[in-house]
Amino acid sequence: MNWISPFTLARHGILGMNKRNCAYIGRYNDRERFPLVDDKLKTKLICRKAGLNAPKLLHTVRSQHEIERIENELASMPTFVIKPAHGSGGKGILVITGRDGEDFVKSSGARITLDAVKRHMTNTLSGLHSLGGRPDVAIIETLVVANPIFDSYSHEGVPDIRLIVFQGYPIMGMLRLATKRSDGKANLHQGAVGVGLDIGTGRGVGAVQFNQPVTHHPDTGASLLELQVPNWHQLLVLAARCYEVTQLGYLGCDIVLDINRGPLLLELNARPGLSIQIANGAGLLPRLRLIEEQDNFYMSVEDRVAFSIEHFAVGDAALQPKLFTDSPQANVTADAT
Amino acid sequence: MRKIGPFLFLIILLFIGGITTAVLRHNALGIPFAPGDEQFIWQLEARIQFEADADASQVKLTLPPQQNGYEILSETTASSGFGYSIEDAEQRRAVWSKRGASGEQFLFYKLELRSDQSIVTTDIEPGAPTLPTWIEPFETAADQVIDTQLPQSADGPSLAQQIIRAMNTEPLDQNLALLLDQYEPAALLDQLLRTAGVQARQVQALALEDARRRQSLQRFVQVWDKDRWLLLDPLSGEVSRDRELYLWQTEAPSVMDVTGGSNSRVSFSMISQTRSALTVARENSDAFRLSLYSLPIAEQSMFKLIMLLPVGALVVVFMRLMVGIKTSGTFMPILIALAFLQTELIPGVTSLLLVVAIGLMIRSYLSDLNLLLVARIATLVILVIGIITVVSVLSYELGLIGGLTISFFPMIILAWTIERMSILWEEDGPREVLVQGGGSLLVSILAYLLMDVRLIEHLAFNFPELHLCVLAIVMLLGRYTGYRLMEFLRFSDFKQVLKD
Repeated sequence: MNWISPFTLARHGILGMNKRNCAYIGRYNDRERFPLVDDKLKTKLICRKAGLNAPKLLHTVRSQHEIERIENELASMPTFVIKPAHGSGGKGILVITGRDGEDFVKSSGARITLDAVKRHMTNTLSGLHSLGGRPDVAIIETLVVANPIFDSYSHEGVPDIRLIVFQGYPIMGMLRLATKRSDGKANLHQGAVGVGLDIGTGRGVGAVQFNQPVTHHPDTGASLLELQVPNWHQLLVLAARCYEVTQLGYLGCDIVLDINRGPLLLELNARPGLSIQIANGAGLLPRLRLIEEQDNFYMSVEDRVAFSIEHFAVGDAALQPKLFTDSPQANVTADAT
Repeated sequence: MRKIGPFLFLIILLFIGGITTAVLRHNALGIPFAPGDEQFIWQLEARIQFEADADASQVKLTLPPQQNGYEILSETTASSGFGYSIEDAEQRRAVWSKRGASGEQFLFYKLELRSDQSIVTTDIEPGAPTLPTWIEPFETAADQVIDTQLPQSADGPSLAQQIIRAMNTEPLDQNLALLLDQYEPAALLDQLLRTAGVQARQVQALALEDARRRQSLQRFVQVWDKDRWLLLDPLSGEVSRDRELYLWQTEAPSVMDVTGGSNSRVSFSMISQTRSALTVARENSDAFRLSLYSLPIAEQSMFKLIMLLPVGALVVVFMRLMVGIKTSGTFMPILIALAFLQTELIPGVTSLLLVVAIGLMIRSYLSDLNLLLVARIATLVILVIGIITVVSVLSYELGLIGGLTISFFPMIILAWTIERMSILWEEDGPREVLVQGGGSLLVSILAYLLMDVRLIEHLAFNFPELHLCVLAIVMLLGRYTGYRLMEFLRFSDFKQVLKD
């Protein structure tokens, strides 16, 4: 076994599970606002109200009898995505990229019949794909056409960008790329590659697969450190605006880049994972503390993004190295815990 | 974060409260902190239930006789409005009577026994056996059985052993088969022996096992062996000394007689306790009013387990928050650990794995059927009961008594565990099932090992106030924001990634 010492973790400001749950999620995320992000339908509706870019909601299926005649609705949708409103970890998502006569073509190229699509919806309604198996609602939304810039970086699937937004400031980002090992899913523990992103520029700063550092995509061989996410500033603004919309202080925003519409908000997460730190080779705590030390509550979205870019950029001689080398006394200042 | 001061104050208050109360009670009542210098006490409770339906109801309960290995420390009764007396017939009998009682009635007889192998009583030689009356065709069959067995035996006890062996051999002798069809094994053995002129009698005894409720008496046969009664089990022969059996009815013709009532039932609850000699002596004083010992025994045995739950909860909290072990279902491990307390560790773990493995196999078929969740769980519950039944019957047939304890597992919890594991398998692969299943098992075993420590069991039951300390620790752990042990492993790759 290969252990790391608690002192090393603390020195680099790695956020642990207990601290995340108690000091950040428990403190900054109001319980009654959790349903907003746990229910993707609610997220979608509130995003539409607030004018946040997201895949368009085409249709919702709430009861079994609606499924009987769903072909009438589907007829007007050449491509679409079916999702459970309470799904997690990408479970139960059916992506239809085209038609082949009566049949539907999945993203993998496989063909399925209308009956299979209906069965998928029935399963979704009965809670097969939902957390805790609760009865659910199926959401049909527009298909995201991935920006081809990522084509050389991803094996199937649309790469998505996870940004941790703390009190409205984007503080850390990661691009998740599907691999053969992850079976086209962008889930880190299933073998997807996580690429840490520089908040300042959207460039890759490091990458991991199964918690091991990698420099090139295992399937395509593309160099991950030369990667640059386009529309970066727009993307940060989109993530930062989620704070006003949800009022959740500690938030994970999953964003995809559509070739036509630019950054689209895919889903929100009130309990974002900790692996993002490994991909970035940096701990969250120094950044979280820096935001907690700010006492300007009335910063505009643009100002907050500018603040993040200024302080969390890797290349610039910004705060990051300074925080690490700071003497302990300097850290305590205004923080009265 | 809310201010830490009042929280810490509360924690300290709980700690001090728990420990001071314990110390005070220790000093005032002399309850020892260590279970060491203690005596083994059995508390038995006979619970009589009947429906009074006449002007005058009378209940007679045969009381256990003096016997080897046990000393009666005290006996008490509880009954509302009944007159109570003890009459001496062949055996002592408790008599309750009341006029004008109607409806469901409950009577309690509570007995405290000291278990001590050195206690010996002398048995009085019985007179010549009374010959039982047989009716045809059983008389002929009985005569033939005796005729075949008698020549092969030397005395009463050996004849009895001989008959028991014949009664439990396959294929059964046809005469015995006919008789066993008509008579219970114990009654048959007793009658056969007396017909053969052997001094024998049918007795009823209680199998002493800790924390059992609603037990009934079991029938045995005693045979006079030179100067003492020899106890025989009609199913297995001579009863060994280390089997804890407490004779209840020996001389008296019946255990209970009820006049002026119907639907009468007597059931027994028992609990074993270890208490210091001092405590035993103080037992009858009022000082113990406010302790768990004042509850009826059936409830006491429940509390014995309930009082261990906080210990299990502490283990789960510690393992999850400090160590970071993943378990399937938050508190499932505690319930499994409770089941282990009844089954012992090795048989418990084996049967648990067996049930879950078989359940997972069947569940993989269920997932093809696309059942709705509630129906799926209900199906699993029924299947788990089926598996448990089959395993119990099979292991009994194979002579593995340990397999019977499988029924102690909480079946609903098992069904949920199988469901969760199966979903985990489908969604995250077998590795995650092993991680979480192994984690749950590890936590259950740890909780079991801790709950099984005699000192902890003793403290938990005798000093319930110490649970305030457990509460304080659990709450304190709830505010722990440091790293978990497993995170040192999870983040170990930082060493390579970190840019210093």
